[in-house]
Amino acid sequence: MSVDKLKRTVLGLIAVSLFFVSGVVLAEYPLNLTEGVTPTSQKVYDLHMTIFYIVTVIGIAVFAVMTWSIFHHRKSKGAVPAQFHHSTFAEITWTIIPILILVGMAIPATKTLVFMEQTGDAEMTLKVTGYQWKWKYDYLDEDISFFSSLAAADNEARQLNSGIDPSTIENYLKNVDNPIVLPVDTKIRILTTAADVIHSWWVPDLGWKRDAIPGYINDNWTYIEEPGVYRGKCTELCGKDHGFMPIVVHAVSKEDYVTWVAEKKAEQAAASSGKDMTMAELMEKGKTVYGTNCAACHMPNGEGGAAFPALAGSAIATGDVANHVDIVVNGSKNNPMMQAFGQQLNDADLAAVITYERNAWGNDTGDMVQPSDVKAARK
Amino acid sequence: MNDAAVHDDHHDHDHKPTGIGRWLFSTNHKDIGTMYLVFSLFMFFVGGAMALVIRAELFQPGMQFVDPQFFNSMTTVHALVMIFGALMPAGVGLANWMIPIMIGAPDMAMPRMNNMSFWILPFAFTLLLSTFFMPGGAPAGGWTMYPPLVLQLGDGFPFLIFAVHFLGISSIMGAINIIATVFNMRAPGMTFMRLPLFVWTWIITAFLLIASMPVLAGAVTMLLTDKFFGTAFFDAAGGGDPLLFQHVFWFFGHPEVYILVLPSFGIISQIIPTFARKPLFGYASMVYATASIAFLSFFVWAHHMFAVGMPLTGELFFMYATMAIAVPTGVKIFNWTATMWKGSMTFETPMLFSIGVLFMFSIGGFSGLMMGITPVDFQYHDTYFIVAHFHYVIVPGIIYGVIAGVYYWLPKWTGVMYDEKLGKLHFWLSTISVNVLFFPMHFIGLAGMPRRIPDYSTQFADWNAIISIGGFVFGLSQLILVWVVIKCARGDGEKATDQVWESAHGLEFTLPSPPPFHSFTTPPVVTDATAHS
Ligand code: HEC
Ligand code: HEM
Ligand SMILES: [Cu+2]
Ligand SMILES: [Cu+2]
Repeated sequence: MSVDKLKRTVLGLIAVSLFFVSGVVLAEYPLNLTEGVTPTSQKVYDLHMTIFYIVTVIGIAVFAVMTWSIFHHRKSKGAVPAQFHHSTFAEITWTIIPILILVGMAIPATKTLVFMEQTGDAEMTLKVTGYQWKWKYDYLDEDISFFSSLAAADNEARQLNSGIDPSTIENYLKNVDNPIVLPVDTKIRILTTAADVIHSWWVPDLGWKRDAIPGYINDNWTYIEEPGVYRGKCTELCGKDHGFMPIVVHAVSKEDYVTWVAEKKAEQAAASSGKDMTMAELMEKGKTVYGTNCAACHMPNGEGGAAFPALAGSAIATGDVANHVDIVVNGSKNNPMMQAFGQQLNDADLAAVITYERNAWGNDTGDMVQPSDVKAARK
Repeated sequence: MNDAAVHDDHHDHDHKPTGIGRWLFSTNHKDIGTMYLVFSLFMFFVGGAMALVIRAELFQPGMQFVDPQFFNSMTTVHALVMIFGALMPAGVGLANWMIPIMIGAPDMAMPRMNNMSFWILPFAFTLLLSTFFMPGGAPAGGWTMYPPLVLQLGDGFPFLIFAVHFLGISSIMGAINIIATVFNMRAPGMTFMRLPLFVWTWIITAFLLIASMPVLAGAVTMLLTDKFFGTAFFDAAGGGDPLLFQHVFWFFGHPEVYILVLPSFGIISQIIPTFARKPLFGYASMVYATASIAFLSFFVWAHHMFAVGMPLTGELFFMYATMAIAVPTGVKIFNWTATMWKGSMTFETPMLFSIGVLFMFSIGGFSGLMMGITPVDFQYHDTYFIVAHFHYVIVPGIIYGVIAGVYYWLPKWTGVMYDEKLGKLHFWLSTISVNVLFFPMHFIGLAGMPRRIPDYSTQFADWNAIISIGGFVFGLSQLILVWVVIKCARGDGEKATDQVWESAHGLEFTLPSPPPFHSFTTPPVVTDATAHS
């Protein structure tokens, strides 16, 4: 290939790829880091862009030199090899200049890092605990506490060959049953820890992620400036369903936050009041609780899997009610995979899910379990 | 290989054992090198098949082919197979073949240990891969084996630990052998500062191996006792610390990435001068840069752990140390560029792959530098941005270097010139597909897709489909390499000269192609004129 032809080919390729890239941008393909909604995320985004531009410029310079010599110092063009093999001046220059550039990068990086580590003066505290495979949130100042798992619709769609098209679900795999609600314009301390294995709590819009480690309580903070819904994920491999424990933050005004706190408290009080529920209420609630807490192992249709027993037609789910309540509330003595859900769910949820299991998938026992029964069974 | 040609050589001790015994009991550095390389190629396809399972599942959102647990086994075992089964044996295989020849020695210093360090490998991988058939399945907690998760593995757990032990033993034996060979068996006149760079990078690699492998062995042994003997090294409830494992693991893990990459740097330092027809620029500074990279690599481990919540001073220290590594790495890139500058270049397949290393390893280096900046790494960590980074340094960085070396020395090994057309086709198909495969991972990583997940949100669907297509094309393109190697091994092609390449220097090119069974029975004499390939 002649050099002219080569040049034309290269120019053509560049044109095509520019066209392709602009098409991609128009189609709103995700490309870059989120700017986020906190002072931290802004600083991190700016730092990311600065460093990105610096490495791009260095990259273009280095690649240009390589490309130049590939085109001009080729034997087919009659290039005669020079025989130099070192130059102290050049070698010192390309050691010193990178050092200076790196120092230039280290200064803003250090400033941002110091800013991010200022965890003091928080106005409220949220404790996040990672579980396989859900999150527990404790509002330490409000006595509010709940679990948050992948929403039932997403959970059903993500089963192997579920037959449900993920694109029919908005924000597929980024929906939860119980989102966290946080006030804007408030310095919030966020503690991360875990109950079983290591997880990592990440909401990109907040500008950081932090591991949740059993035995450690990590200290972080955030200050959300814009109301909105911000979604994130667990980012540390934590076992089978690591990909399915999202995080949803509703950032609301301070007034709305106060209202939410009051509502949530009332809801929690009702759930532990032991008030009886109707069969329809139990079944409806039970289906949701089952979908988010049990279906991962026992499957949505109750058929179980290789390592997990079927509940449809199982001896326990169709036999003595007391045994059924016991294994769900206190866990299995034989297999730690079947945890003690008494520690994770409230009486109403447990009553509902047990009732559901006893009446779904052809287990038509007609039995009803009430929150008061569960309360009595707790050890 | 052509037996008759070898026997015609005037080497009196050239009786080559025959049959299966030649390979099982081999103490010959070339035969063992060949076995290492064939094993590595085989494992490359085993690991590659697992990667394609991963990419098939990720082609579309939703779960189509495998359940999440098996998916996790695929990512975990893919990484273990590629790192310990494909990359490390490839490096050791090339070292076995080339180091004795390059320093003018008859064989490796400890030929029996050489045999053993190879034969441990198939044994170790049988242990590892047999876990697929055990209750609880194959390892699924990531190649990093973090507790407490890894302790949830079923019956396969002790097999994983012992496989790692054996792989470590094999590497340490290989490293000792290389050091002993280079320190004791150099030909007259082959001073240290006349060693070819490939030999230099391997000595440094061997020291890294000896320093880091026992650390890994210690860490996994503690996992074993935590699981079976009631210790609580890594169990917070028993007074232990899950992070201790991560510190110890990465104290091994970061030097490990340089163990993988340095031999590849050595290979392209041999190749670029040959095809630029110009001596390597800055030989001494290349040696010093390699040594400084190796030294610094012991002080940066916690850049893999920024998100665990270290004290500010710790984060600052590891950020600065990581940034510092960029300096000697840059020196190497600049030296290679200066070697090409004002040369008289031709672009045979080994040169193409070496230039591929220059461009694409640099891209991985740039993203590495970005991730070394702690505050932004809080966003990048454990996303596809990381996956993009390490695949750029590993695939077009390390694997390209190895492939370049194979094309460069294949005519020397077999006596037959490889098929240049196929080689070029291999290069271009690989290079286009490798970028389609790994470049978009930067985008989806930045946009928030975590790594090690079997299913993802629909916003990432288009890029993932493109990535998977790149993956399948890249995987299939590697079959060309197999075909090229088979052709040469069968003697199908032009006969190669001793010199092989117009401007090749170094002792390997003073021997016939293929070289006699025992490389140098009378040591050659090396002078300044013949040194510095
Ligand atoms: C992590 C997987 C997992 C999850 C999640 C899970 N289970 Fe189980 N479950 C098991 C295993 C394993 C067993 C078998 C225990 C044994 O062998 O003792 C089991 C057994 C049971 C049984 C007894 C079945 C029988 O016939 O032996 C019931 C009832 C049950 N689970 C209910 C539930 C409910 C209700 C939930 C949700 C609140 C739930 N499980 C969530 C794994 C799980
Ligand atoms: C020399 C070849 C290199 C190889 C083979 C390599 C390999 C890797 C691998 C495998 C990981 C991921 C580990 C994991 O989380 O499982 C990684 C992460 C990382 N690499 Fe590299 N790397 C190389 C060069 C560099 C360079 C030159 C830099 C910086 C200047 C760098 C900086 C980093 C950082 C900071 C991480 C951690 C990112 C994170 O997990 O958040 N690497 N590298
Ligand atoms: Cu996780
Ligand atoms: Cu590292």
